[in-house]
Amino acid sequence: MNMLPSLLSIAAEELISSATLVLLLWAAWGGDKAARAISIAAFAVLVAAAALAMPALAGGIGGHATLAFDGHLKMDAFAAFAKLLIYLGAGVTLVIAPAFFDRSNEMRAEFPLLVLLAALGMGIMVSANDMLTLYIGLELNSLAAYVLAAFLRSDGRSAEAGLKYFVLGSLASGILLYGISLTYGFTGTTSFDGIRAALGVGALSIGATFGMVFVLVGLGFKISAAPFHMWTPDVYEGAPAPVTTFFATAPKAAALALLMRVSLDAFGGQPGAWQQIVVFSALLSVVIGALGAIGQDNIKRLLAYSSINNVGFMLIGLATGTPAGASAMLVYLAIYVVSSVAAFVVVLQMRDAQGAAVESIADLGGLSRTRPGLAAVLAVVMFSLAGIPPLFGFWAKFVIFQAAVQAHLVVLAGIAIAASVIGAFYYIKVVKVMYFDDVADKVRGGGTFANTVLLAASTLFLSPLGYLLTRWLGTLAGNAAAALFRLG
Amino acid sequence: MTGLPLLSLMLLVPLVGAVISLVSARETARMVALIATLIDLALGLVLWMHYDIGGAQWQFQEHADLFTGFSWKLGIDGIALTLIALTVFLMPICIGASWNAIEKRAGEYYAAFLFMETLMIGVFTAQDLFLFYIMFEAGLIPMYLIIGIWGGAERIYASYKFFLYTLLGSVLMLIAMFWMANEAGTTDIPTLMQYDFPTSAQTWLFLAFFASFAVKMPMWPVHTWLPDAHVQAPTAGSVILAGVLLKMGGYGFIRFSLPMFPIASAHFAPLVWGLSIAAVVITSLIALVQHDMKKLIAYSSVAHMAIVTVGLFAFNRQGLEGSMVVMLSHGLVAGALFLAVGVIYDRLHTREIARYGGLAINMPYYALFFLLFTMASIGLPGTSGFVGEFLSLLGIYQQSSLVALISTTGIILGAAYMLYLYRRVVFGVQKHADAAAMPDLDMREWAMMAPMAVAVLWMGVYPETFMAPMRKDIGTLEARVAIAKPRGDADVKTFARNGAATAVALNLHAQGVK
Repeated sequence: MNMLPSLLSIAAEELISSATLVLLLWAAWGGDKAARAISIAAFAVLVAAAALAMPALAGGIGGHATLAFDGHLKMDAFAAFAKLLIYLGAGVTLVIAPAFFDRSNEMRAEFPLLVLLAALGMGIMVSANDMLTLYIGLELNSLAAYVLAAFLRSDGRSAEAGLKYFVLGSLASGILLYGISLTYGFTGTTSFDGIRAALGVGALSIGATFGMVFVLVGLGFKISAAPFHMWTPDVYEGAPAPVTTFFATAPKAAALALLMRVSLDAFGGQPGAWQQIVVFSALLSVVIGALGAIGQDNIKRLLAYSSINNVGFMLIGLATGTPAGASAMLVYLAIYVVSSVAAFVVVLQMRDAQGAAVESIADLGGLSRTRPGLAAVLAVVMFSLAGIPPLFGFWAKFVIFQAAVQAHLVVLAGIAIAASVIGAFYYIKVVKVMYFDDVADKVRGGGTFANTVLLAASTLFLSPLGYLLTRWLGTLAGNAAAALFRLG
Repeated sequence: MTGLPLLSLMLLVPLVGAVISLVSARETARMVALIATLIDLALGLVLWMHYDIGGAQWQFQEHADLFTGFSWKLGIDGIALTLIALTVFLMPICIGASWNAIEKRAGEYYAAFLFMETLMIGVFTAQDLFLFYIMFEAGLIPMYLIIGIWGGAERIYASYKFFLYTLLGSVLMLIAMFWMANEAGTTDIPTLMQYDFPTSAQTWLFLAFFASFAVKMPMWPVHTWLPDAHVQAPTAGSVILAGVLLKMGGYGFIRFSLPMFPIASAHFAPLVWGLSIAAVVITSLIALVQHDMKKLIAYSSVAHMAIVTVGLFAFNRQGLEGSMVVMLSHGLVAGALFLAVGVIYDRLHTREIARYGGLAINMPYYALFFLLFTMASIGLPGTSGFVGEFLSLLGIYQQSSLVALISTTGIILGAAYMLYLYRRVVFGVQKHADAAAMPDLDMREWAMMAPMAVAVLWMGVYPETFMAPMRKDIGTLEARVAIAKPRGDADVKTFARNGAATAVALNLHAQGVK
């Protein structure tokens, strides 16, 4: 077998893994003093990897030409799209982390390395074309993520978050692995193409159904879809803010992309078998995400429920099982990643006079008078997440519901969109606290230059100007979805 | 026609003004806002002058493929033209009403208002289904902020109620829009107005749109957000709410429900009539017992809007034209009444009716204007209120004399609560020293009241100015809904009198429906 084409097609992964090893040596010798420099180097690595992944965005449609290593990996437009989102999330994390950890003198050289390793794992996840590659990528990502969640060693909440994430994540991995083994047992293969061929289009055997359900449940944990969402608020609240930013963006994008690949490719011949699971989970996520957020006073917990809610909307796109739905899901994902970046960078900026994080929503009272810029950004994010036009978040819901109606899921779309009104309640509550309430004057201190740039860029993206990107974003997502469905 | 993209320009001017005033201090911001709204008024005049009455149905069309899924497509007919005129006419007056009243965070305030103006004009000019939705829905954000930041004591409750009510109403419409775009293969509103949707689908499509427009209108029993929002909003916010935002509901019925789902509209007409007559009677009676001036006018708005829906669902020319005139007239009159309340609120900082009395003695000019607008609200001949209400009721009388009969009680009750209000505030003895010491209108207030008064009288004496541009479009709409027009009282009576000959004609008519 000629290895060269395979090696060339995974250039981004090779770059990240070799760079991580080199940086690891640097960290070993340089110690924590080199942490900032390593962060910058790691960011550069991600930029280079993104550049390497980019050519696949437009091309690579049409199946076999993009397979690597005997079909274990598939480097198509879909993988490239997901990878860019992952690198975006990871890159943002690297940018915002040093300033955050420096305050408590806990910036360690391991942080950028762990982020790189997680990004590498996620890159493998989204390119996986085989259950085992999938699992390896997922575990590489998860193991790095567990450590990241517990990164603030002096903080009890961070340790708790890490432990919870670890226990529940391992459980989910176990369920997933069990599902993979059942699927293997009943189809005789771990490759997606093989599974698809073996399952055929007829009725599923009980065993294969069980396998599929376990795989979906395992992945449901990873994307924090209801009813497997319980860990999310605790982990989001406990983990250090830059790590929460990371969790809300990159692994979410990776796990959702993985779920799409598994459902639409491996189990793509049997949409009837998984559709009802996805529909159920989608509705439950939308409702639980909306209702659960109402009582929250902690902004990070609120954003955690908001992420559950958003995952529900994205699952509606998956439930359609059509290229339009998949493309809508990717558009939603892109907009959601940017919204999360904006939201969490705002959270990161909010510190009181002593430098401690301000996380209580009540403490944001009158923020529009003391910090008008910050309040405006958070208001834009909140209205955008609520899907109120003319902000760009509306476009995400727009494409999802359009795809759902085209796929004749009118009732599902109707219920979900009605539930989104409940969601709007808590989003506008944050705006109310910032704009209508009396000044609490808790939030002090400015942000770094990098944070300001990030906020400005993401706010511009979420503003009505974002609509000018719809054609470009639509084409990219359409290409990616076409690759997933092997059209083209 | 001018070569300029006039409509885009009208959308752009307030938007630029909004951005500038957002970062300006109070004095600059209000000046910028005034200039921007006056420019838009001037552009509106140019628009009216260049509008070719009797020409093409859609004029000033613009089209740019900027987005996927929908496009930037603008254009107006006569119906939209009159509503745009109303908007640009009211906006400078709103800025004037806020001139001294708004002291805190003025930059944001004027930015929100200018942004509202863009969106309101956008609603009336959008020719793409989803562009319409975006404009229609986006108004929630500035209005939420206007009520919540600059409103009265109960502002937070009112802002939530306004936001969630209207949002819930609108999202179902969005689903229906997706279905329509999918079914018809286009998002172009003029095309969709000609498209015949399957009868079975029309029912739920109509209901989805109805949910949105009924809340916006607002119709009984989903009107309860309106009194709260009105009472808590600042004066200019109330003027815009009553003047233009409520008209979006009526505009929606004219633009979407009636031409796109004529069969379902006819089917649900009795429902609309029922809700409307309930609104007329109930909200008029509620208005009668209010202690708060703004609340009283808010309830009277609901009653007036019910006359609009009755007229719209009369399916004939008189009803449709009358409804449009009621909408324009109510926009002026309710706006003017809220201004009148604002004038004395600015002086005494209470809306309690009992705190005033005998204002005719110390504020004679104010009393004169207030009287004119009170009479217009009652529908006195010679004022704008009469023309529209008369036509609407005439229209519905041909359909159902019972509905017409009950609707007309609204006029009587309207006279009761408005005159009662006027008597308590303006006539009588001067009970309170502070109210008796209030000065009469100043120059700024004159500048706001006088144009309103002129417009009200003009529309009452010579309504042709306002009806001419929309006549052809109303005719088109009447022809469109004629296929589904329910058999009205007038038809039945003719049948009884003329016997067999009409029976044949009616049979033919019935077959035509199938």
